Amino acid sequence: MVAVSSTALALDGSVAGLFVVFGLGVMVSRQMLASLYFFMWQSVALTASALVLADALDAINLLWVAIITFVTKVIAVPLVLRWAAGQAIYGRREVDQALSIPASVLVAAVLALVGWFAVAPTLPFLHTAPFAHLNLPTGLIMVLWGAFTVALRRESVAQLMGLLIMENGAFFGSIAIVHNLAVIAEIAAAVDVPIVALVIGLLIRNIRRVTGSTRVGALDRLHER
Amino acid sequence: MTPLWTHFVLNVAQVVFLLVFAPLVEGVLHRLEEIIQGKSGISVWQTYRDIGKLFAKDEVISEESTWVFRFAPIVAFVMPLFVVLLIPALTKFPLFFAFMGDMVAVGFLMAVSGFFVALAGMDTGNVYAAVGASRTHMVGFLAEPVFIMVFFSVSYVANSTIPYFVNATWGASWASMFQPSHLLIVLAFFLLILADEGRIPVDSPAGKVEIAMIGHSKGLEYSGSSAALMKWGGAMKLMVLALVFVNVLVTPWGLSAHAQWGAILAAVGLVLLKLLAFVVVLALVETSLAKLRLFRIPEFLAVAFIICLFAVSVRLVGIA
Repeated sequence: MVAVSSTALALDGSVAGLFVVFGLGVMVSRQMLASLYFFMWQSVALTASALVLADALDAINLLWVAIITFVTKVIAVPLVLRWAAGQAIYGRREVDQALSIPASVLVAAVLALVGWFAVAPTLPFLHTAPFAHLNLPTGLIMVLWGAFTVALRRESVAQLMGLLIMENGAFFGSIAIVHNLAVIAEIAAAVDVPIVALVIGLLIRNIRRVTGSTRVGALDRLHER
Repeated sequence: MTPLWTHFVLNVAQVVFLLVFAPLVEGVLHRLEEIIQGKSGISVWQTYRDIGKLFAKDEVISEESTWVFRFAPIVAFVMPLFVVLLIPALTKFPLFFAFMGDMVAVGFLMAVSGFFVALAGMDTGNVYAAVGASRTHMVGFLAEPVFIMVFFSVSYVANSTIPYFVNATWGASWASMFQPSHLLIVLAFFLLILADEGRIPVDSPAGKVEIAMIGHSKGLEYSGSSAALMKWGGAMKLMVLALVFVNVLVTPWGLSAHAQWGAILAAVGLVLLKLLAFVVVLALVETSLAKLRLFRIPEFLAVAFIICLFAVSVRLVGIA
């Protein structure tokens, strides 16, 4: 096992804490734009975690991951979304939810516990990856929360945010386990994200053009004359 | 001096520190907010002038009111002074009141003052004050579980709820400073300070419309020296909470380790600097957020609660 300082572990733990808090922000914020900002901050936390890991494990690849994450998620995704679905996202609007926010926060807490206990049995096998016991459960929690956000929100833009935080979660978990992938693979994985944002952004624009709104929650019933 | 006398003098110094600087902290907060909002604004010494002016004025008391109305300003004034005896305001080593009460006692003393102020609000028969009192208690009830979770997580992490021990636990090393549970508790406690002090986004302290007020309509009936005591007490309450926040939770350094006057004076300067940093953050938060609607406050506090729950579970599951 690679020896890492307890300060680096604690620092990564704090970054993981922030990552979770920003994920919670994406899930519960009422305003569309606030949700996007929380996603951007969460991506900054992901970048920070990659930097801490790069320093502690002497892994130059993780430095690349940090740079790529920052460029694609903090800079490219908002730009792409503005281009593809500008008014739908940057207008000041509130988001509908299927559940009230306190109830969804409680469900999120249960999901977080599920995430922790689901990862616990695998941790003894991961003793060669010193940060796995922090990053893996955090990442899994964010994947679960992202899925929950997609189910919870009745608004296509907010559902997109759910997908994006799922992706962030998957990255957060994986950088602790695998940190010697070829840079090209990292780039391939990261470039996916703006493309997802682009595709869904265009879809949102079309939904908006056809129905005059992006509230996909209202589209689940047939409108029969 | 014998150690007992030294401790006594230091305790008095803590109380004087609070009495003297509390209006300044509030004044600096107002000034900063006005600078951020681009107003020309009032001086940082305005709170001192207000208090001085109010002490010189006559007092008018409603005939309908009872002893509660006269008693409440004294309670509101004295409780922060008790609290400062329990927390590490200037010294790192425990003074002799340190073991009289822990953080739960701090919460209790604050609650006593809040209770009397709320009763006094209803006592005069002023409708707005009664509405304000019941709203304050709505926020209070919702904040209570979060408070308890904060205390629980603090005691779980630091193995104690005595503020001096908590300070020592987190100040011990960088590794303990960067613990995830520490960070999460700090976040949750900051949200609690916003709710408890009636700052934006929970309540607007600068609001002038009674019907929209939460906590600030309770003191509307006070005049003269009672109003001065309420104002001074309110400033001290903010400063005490800020002291707990900076000295116990966020930056447990910079306190005096010896009972020497030089070290104590250096601690005064450092603590004031830390308070300035806190006030800057508070002013930025207050000016960049909008006030929440009343029925959105449960959501705000639910988020604080979940953050605390995380802080505990992170320790509980042994992840970090």
